[in-house]
Amino acid sequence: MDKLMSDLKTQIIAQLNMQDVKPEDIGDDQPLFVDGLGLDSIDALELIVLLQQHYKIKLSNAEDGPKVFQSVRTIAEYITAHQNQAA
Amino acid sequence: MQIKSYISSNCVIDDGIVYKNGKAVFENREAGVQDFLQSVYQHFGIKYPKFYKMDNLSKLGWLAAEILLKDNFDAGEYKPEDVGLILANANSSLDTDIRYYETAKEIASPSLFVYTLPNIMTGEICIRHNFKGENAFFIFEKFDAGFIQEYVNNLLNNNNLQACICGWVELLEDQYKAVLFLVEKTTGAEMAMPSNIFTIENILKIYQLENG
Repeated sequence: MDKLMSDLKTQIIAQLNMQDVKPEDIGDDQPLFVDGLGLDSIDALELIVLLQQHYKIKLSNAEDGPKVFQSVRTIAEYITAHQNQAA
Repeated sequence: MQIKSYISSNCVIDDGIVYKNGKAVFENREAGVQDFLQSVYQHFGIKYPKFYKMDNLSKLGWLAAEILLKDNFDAGEYKPEDVGLILANANSSLDTDIRYYETAKEIASPSLFVYTLPNIMTGEICIRHNFKGENAFFIFEKFDAGFIQEYVNNLLNNNNLQACICGWVELLEDQYKAVLFLVEKTTGAEMAMPSNIFTIENILKIYQLENG
């Protein structure tokens, strides 16, 4: 899980062009939106693209988005659960 | 009655050089457009994380506005609704349209898609400076000083606006040029001279870099 979260931080920075942010600046449980990392609705769409491109996972239900993209840890948990399902 | 308006400030970014009121204030002619724009951002010590998310056209216009207004504009003098933005270029958002088209062959990029309109740039500038006056983006084959002068003067004369940022912001691949003017009804004593009156002749002199 730690390796996956570390990879995710690097991928999020690259996908969202966050050149002022380093992976270590993002906490595992830090909220990604609004008061946390300050991501917006377009960033949310880019996170969906990230899941598709890097992990071949499609967010099947858009209403799951806020829960899945709450933090790096929740994304990692979602990836782990869905990769296990596919396996 | 026609009110005389003044070019209180101007900024030109062309061929790796940034000019403020006719003087070169930064030069980096070796870099490609992407690296050049980032070097301008870093040189002027600007901190605005959203800058990195913008497309190159927006970065160019946004940086030109930033430098245009630095030390030459007191936002407190105007209500947000009194400051407008009138811009133009020849290739619209084609630079980003092409990039978006390329991504769409696999998974379309949402963050590129939002920049497939040139007036997104005007939005980025308005958000940064809290401008809420009339704004428009026109597409012309080439810079039309007469149109800009007449359109902006109409807005000022009819009291739709009290100040206006206007000009040309063009970018396609590695070719780019931004020429922005801050036009106000009144200006400080040091700028209240014939060469700063908002006339077609003076606009063209600045556009063609004849004031440097």
